[in-house]
Order: sequence, then C-alpha cells, then structure tokens
Amino acid sequence: MATVHLPSGLTQYTGGVETIDIDAARVPELIAALGHRFPQIAEQLGEMAVAIDGEIYQDPGYQLLRADSDVHLVPRIAGG
Amino acid sequence: MTTPREFKYVGTRPIRHDGVDKVTGRASYGADVVWPGMLHGFVLRSPHAHARIVSIDTRAAEATPGVKAVLTGKDLPETTATIALGEAAIDLRDVGDNMLARTKVLYHGHAVAAVAATTIDIAREAAEKIQVVYEVLEPVTGIDRAIAADAPILHPALRTKGAASPGAAGPTNIASRLEFKRGDVDAAFAEADVVVEREFRTPMVHQGYIEPHACIARCGEDGRAVVWCTTQGPFVVRDACAAIAGLDPAHVKVIPSEIGGGFGGKIVVYLEPMAIALSRKAQRPVKMVMGRDEVFRATGPTSGSRVRVKLGAKRDGTLVAATASLWYEAGAYRGSPVGAGAMCALAAYKIPSFFIEAHDVVVNKPKVAAYRAPGSPIAAFAVESVVDEIARELKMDPIELRLKNANAEGDKAPYGPKYGPIGLKQILEAARNHPHWTSPLAANQGRGIAVGFWFNAGMNSSATVILDTDGSAAVVTGNPDIGGTRAAQAIMVAEELGIPVERVRPGVGDTDGSGYTDLTGGSRVCYATGMAVIRAAEDVRDQLKARAAQIWNVAVDAVGWENGRAIPPAGTEKAEAMTVAGLAAKMAHTGGPIVGRASLYAPMAGPAFGAHICDLEVDSETGQSKVVRYTVFQDVGRAVHPGYVEGQMQGGAAQGIGWALNEEYIYDADGVMENAGFLDYRMPVASDLPMIDTVIIEVPNPLHPYGVRGVGEVPIVPPLAAVANAMRDATGIRFTELPLSPPRVLEAIEAASAVSVGA
Repeated sequence: MATVHLPSGLTQYTGGVETIDIDAARVPELIAALGHRFPQIAEQLGEMAVAIDGEIYQDPGYQLLRADSDVHLVPRIAGG
Repeated sequence: MTTPREFKYVGTRPIRHDGVDKVTGRASYGADVVWPGMLHGFVLRSPHAHARIVSIDTRAAEATPGVKAVLTGKDLPETTATIALGEAAIDLRDVGDNMLARTKVLYHGHAVAAVAATTIDIAREAAEKIQVVYEVLEPVTGIDRAIAADAPILHPALRTKGAASPGAAGPTNIASRLEFKRGDVDAAFAEADVVVEREFRTPMVHQGYIEPHACIARCGEDGRAVVWCTTQGPFVVRDACAAIAGLDPAHVKVIPSEIGGGFGGKIVVYLEPMAIALSRKAQRPVKMVMGRDEVFRATGPTSGSRVRVKLGAKRDGTLVAATASLWYEAGAYRGSPVGAGAMCALAAYKIPSFFIEAHDVVVNKPKVAAYRAPGSPIAAFAVESVVDEIARELKMDPIELRLKNANAEGDKAPYGPKYGPIGLKQILEAARNHPHWTSPLAANQGRGIAVGFWFNAGMNSSATVILDTDGSAAVVTGNPDIGGTRAAQAIMVAEELGIPVERVRPGVGDTDGSGYTDLTGGSRVCYATGMAVIRAAEDVRDQLKARAAQIWNVAVDAVGWENGRAIPPAGTEKAEAMTVAGLAAKMAHTGGPIVGRASLYAPMAGPAFGAHICDLEVDSETGQSKVVRYTVFQDVGRAVHPGYVEGQMQGGAAQGIGWALNEEYIYDADGVMENAGFLDYRMPVASDLPMIDTVIIEVPNPLHPYGVRGVGEVPIVPPLAAVANAMRDATGIRFTELPLSPPRVLEAIEAASAVSVGA
C-alpha cells in the first residue's frame, strides 16, 4: 500500500485526513482512488505534481508505485 | 560502493562553439532577420491602468496609405486552451487577452490594437489614428488596495482557488491561497527563548534581458505559418500561437533565433500570434520589435510582494517554530510564483513546527512572468533576514546558526518529501572556511550571508546525435542556448563517443527539426536535455559497436568500448581496435548513416542550495552603497563546463544584487510606470560590481549519469538577503523594504541618528 500525504491546504476538504494508505500500482489509479474517496478535491488532484519516494514529477503520467511507496502531492512549480 | 567515473571532457573549459559569432555581432537575434515583402507591426497600448473598452474605431488607420492590416482583440478567436507549465498552467485565454485586450485594459501599456504597414513610421502614425473610447476605472496598484473590502475587482468571475480564507467566497482579487503546515505552531513558539517577527516588502522588478522581444511571422492563404522569434521555448510559442491565432499546430513552425537573455521572461508570447494574425490579413510577412519602454510596461516582471515572517529559536540556536504569510502580485492575470515561494521559504531548515500561507493577488500592473527561481528570492529575503536577526539576538555566528539547523539527506522538506543527497551543509562549511568570511572589514563596511534554495526542473527533452563520415558529430536539441548549453552538450557527446569537443557541432533545432523539448528554463537543460544527449550519444556508440561486430564478424555483445574505440574480442583474427572516425568512414558499407536519438521525461532534478557572502560599504552622508566583495558558494551536482557554471553563478548574483540595491517599478497614483527605461530603472553594470568570486561544490545528483543538478536559478535567491544583512551589519539598521537605494538608506540613517541624538 502506498502512503499518500495530502498537502495541508487540502485537508479542510478531507475531514482533516492528512495521510492515507492506498493500494495502487500506478499514479493514475492512485489519483482516481483519492478522488473517489474525497470528491471535493478530485479536480485539484489532476493539477498537482507528485513526489514518489522523493522524486518529484511535474506530470506523473503512468509512473509505477512500489508497494511501500511514499507519495506526496505538491503544487506544480514554474521555472525561469 | 561504485567507483566515481573519471571524465576526459566533463569538467573542462572549451571555448563555446557559438562564441565568435556572438562577440563579432554575426549571430542572428530576434530583430536581425529581413524577409522579402516584409511589413512592420506597431502596437497601440492603453493610456489607462484600468478601464473598460467601450469601442474601437480603426477606420482612419485602415485608410492610411501604406497600412496593410489592422488588428483588434475581436479579430482573434477566444480559446480555453492551456499549456501545463508549472505552478499555474498557462491559461491561453489570459495570454491572448494580455497580448491584445478584448473588453478591459488591465494595466498601463496593455495592447488594444496593432497595425502592419510598409514602414514602422506609417504603422505608428496609423495606430495613433485609432479611436478607443474607454470607461476609466480606479486602478489597483498594490496588494493592500487589492485585498481591501471595497477594492475594485479586476475580474468579476475570479474566485479564490485553493485553501480559501473563511468568508472569501465572492468576487475577489485573491486568485489563490495555499497552506503548508506541520506540528503545533503555537505550542512550539511558547517553548522558544527568542522570537523575531518582521514584515517585508519588495517591488516589481524586471528580468532586464538586453534583447527586447522581437519576431517575424508569415502566414499564407493555406493557413500555414512560420515564425522566427527570440524565445526560451519554441514549442511553447508554437502551441500558443496556434491556439491564440486559431491555427492547426501542425501548420505552425517556429524557428528560435539566438536569444539575448530571457531569465524566464521569454516563455510567454506577446507578439508572435499578433504578427501571424496581421500577416494572415496582409498576406505578407510582418516583423514586430518591442521598444524598451514596451518591454518594461507590457512584458512580465516578477511580483511585488508583502511577506511576514516569524521565527522562534531556543537559546542554543535550534529553530523550533516558524510562520510565514506571503502575498505576491500576479499582475493583471492570476499566476504569481507565490506557491513556489511558500515551498522554498523554509526549505533550508529543519523546523519541526511551521505554518505557511501564500496568496496570489491580481493588480493593475503587467502580468508577471517567470524570473530565475520564480518566487524564491522574495521568500528568502524575508526568511534569511529574520534568521540573521535571530543570530544577532543569540550573539551566534550566522553560519553556525544555519549549520545547526540545516537540512541534509533524509530530512523532510517543508513541502513534503524527503531530500536525497543535498549540499547545504557542504556549502555552509565551505563558506565558513573561506578566507572571505574571516577577512577584516574596513570602516563603514558590513558583511552579510544568506542561503537560497531552488528545485531545478526536469520534464520533456529530446536529442539527436548525427555522425558524419569523417567521425565528427552534430547534436541537435530544441533548447535555445542561453547559458552555454551548446558547449555542455558538445562536451557530453565528446565524453560518450571519445571524440574532441571541437569536432562536435551543437545546434538548436526548430519545431520541425527537433523532437519535442520543453523550454530552456527551470535550470533543466544541462540536466534533462543533457540526459537525452547522453542517451542519444550512447545510441550512436551502440550502433558503432554493431558496425564493428559486422566488420569483425563477431557477436555485438562481444565488442568492447574503451577511450572512443571499439575493441574486438580477444583472439579475433585480423582485427584491431577501431576509432569512431574509422568506423564512420565505413558507414556506407556497413548499413548506411548513423543517427542516435533519445527522448525522455525527467523527474525534477535534485534540489540545490547556494550561500552568498556580501561585503557592503555604505556612505552615511549620501546613503549610497557599494558591493566591495562578494562570494558565491553553490552545490551544482557536477559542473560539465565549469566556466559557464561560474558565469551562471555570477550572473544570478549580479541580478540579485540589482534587485536588492536599486531596481524597482515606480508607479504614480494612476498606475503609470514612471521609470520605463534603463536610465531610470537602474540595473547594475559591470563597473558597479567587483569580480564575483565563485566556489563550486559538487554533491552529485543521483538522477543524472554525471550527477548534474542544474545551476542557473539558485544564484539569484540569496543576494537580496545577503545584501540586506550586510547593510544591517554596516549601518545597524534592519531594512525590510527593497530596494536599498540611496534615498531610502539615507532617510533611515538620518532617522536613526535623529533618534540617537534625541535620546
């Protein structure tokens, strides 16, 4: 089960839940499961970058997850 | 433990391949091209900072002899397309409105119409005949006014996105709000022995690239367009032009010129779709070149800001609590870099409890664009100034305080994930041990230090390596070369193939001639595109081994590769090691040309830190200050071409020093910028600064085969606070508002001495 850490700005829509374990093999399934669990943040989830075990993907695509992956949702970042 | 790779070319300093053309003026920039039948475009801009457009009458302009086309916002289709590019996806409806206003003008200088004519003088004269009726509205020229309860609203449909403040449901100028928090902040502050809280303000500042925005475009009756322009991202320009001008992206080709600086400001389009639309009407090429005043008034500066920071520490220097409230101006449309600012603000320090909030605020000023580590310098100015105050309160060496609290590998970043290998402690130790830190100061001088952080991007990159029959090679990517990336890419090909750097020809392809590549920015090119280059060169090497196997009639897997030569398996009869040139000469007989290619999507590079030491001398009678010594320490992962790495470190520092000491957008009460030229907008020139010393630290990034981390953005982050901390050291005054220009410094010195005398 991947451990997903939600950004604190979203926890007002998750009943205060900050961390959740999700059984997903890839990022799209993980995002879909999160959106199903917390419909109020579903739209925002698709706009976020995803950090998988410390590596940040601006567009996570179909990245694979390990059974014990540590996943953080973070805002996307623009560079100059 | 693996043995570190020994490099032959990586880490050397060859002369850049494009250098002679650039220093002799032969290189072609955005405004240098002339096409047959070319017209000249001129933009009519708003004289008001905030107004509703009631009507536009273009008949007199169209009737002017020599005028071939006139354009207003109504001539362009509305688009809802976006380009995913960082913090706020580029909303092309906003980009289109920003390029040419439809219903409202949102800043002084906002474009309302454009004219193409046979000469630029005719175009200008005709534009002045366009009758625009405005309903003038109150301008919102700062954060305080923008968030007031009775503030005029720029966009009636705008609602706060994200973690909204309680009660913020209706029309607003706050486009978004983010939060980051960890631990029990109130309890942590209650345990602190020292608490310092300050509020800081910074004005809008411009990237200040030497070359103004410029392009030439042609669009035929078949709807196919070709654009030559100065840009950091030809593929971004292609997609934006297609959406805004209503063309099929398959019918748009963008050729990037050489680029005279960008720093994030040449990502968004300002002219190109207009030039296409004018050309489509006129059926002739249209060239458009901005004047410097247009660059200042109508292209992206970075945000003005208001930032409040509070830090709490134990008596031994351990930071225990922090709060930060960031408010960044987005300009006329949403999308400031405040989210990145919030993520960077505390990135250097292990602080167990914190709360950070970040607000994106629209105001009647030009829409901000990315500027080197967007958002981070503003946040660092505030946080690093307060860290300096904490050190003073505790009578602790500011480097020791930072080292005591510095994040390292395995620590959790304030934005969530754990850090991989990072070099923050190494750069601080290097700074502590550097002679600059312990050298004596002269009278009226002060010394400051500050650190800075940036993520460094990854994203999409492609590369092609083409082998020639003489054993030389060309490498082509879609990244315009801003910081010496041609030379770095040539070094990478040389390293992988074992051929001299001078025999590699690095080139920048257009959107038809190179694989899709994200823009030159985010410190990503040497890292992400560099990885593509390495893989493309490896592809060539693998093909060369296959050709050698064919010649020797052995299995490919049995062929070795050493020092740029294919090595036959032991015992192979009549077989000797073959060089790249030897194998290339036989290409026609072994299967034809050899072209290597690679495309990839890279995660963000390992984050990077820098530390800057600044010595400042202050004239207490005039308030003028001078940087007398400056040293930059930075973890770059691996310096592929150390000379250009040092150049990036020096350039970023110079821009940050300008931001700290002199640069600012000055507005009057009507929202009109009063200093839209380099005479009045004071950027540092070479004679203003000492030689900026550099110390490269290399903590390899495990995501890159050489360890490259990216370099271009970090060095603009620390200077604002490093200079302000030096000013505090020299004058005894904590300045919380930039720039530290002579009038502001003199006023503060006089006020302080008046208090001193009065006391």
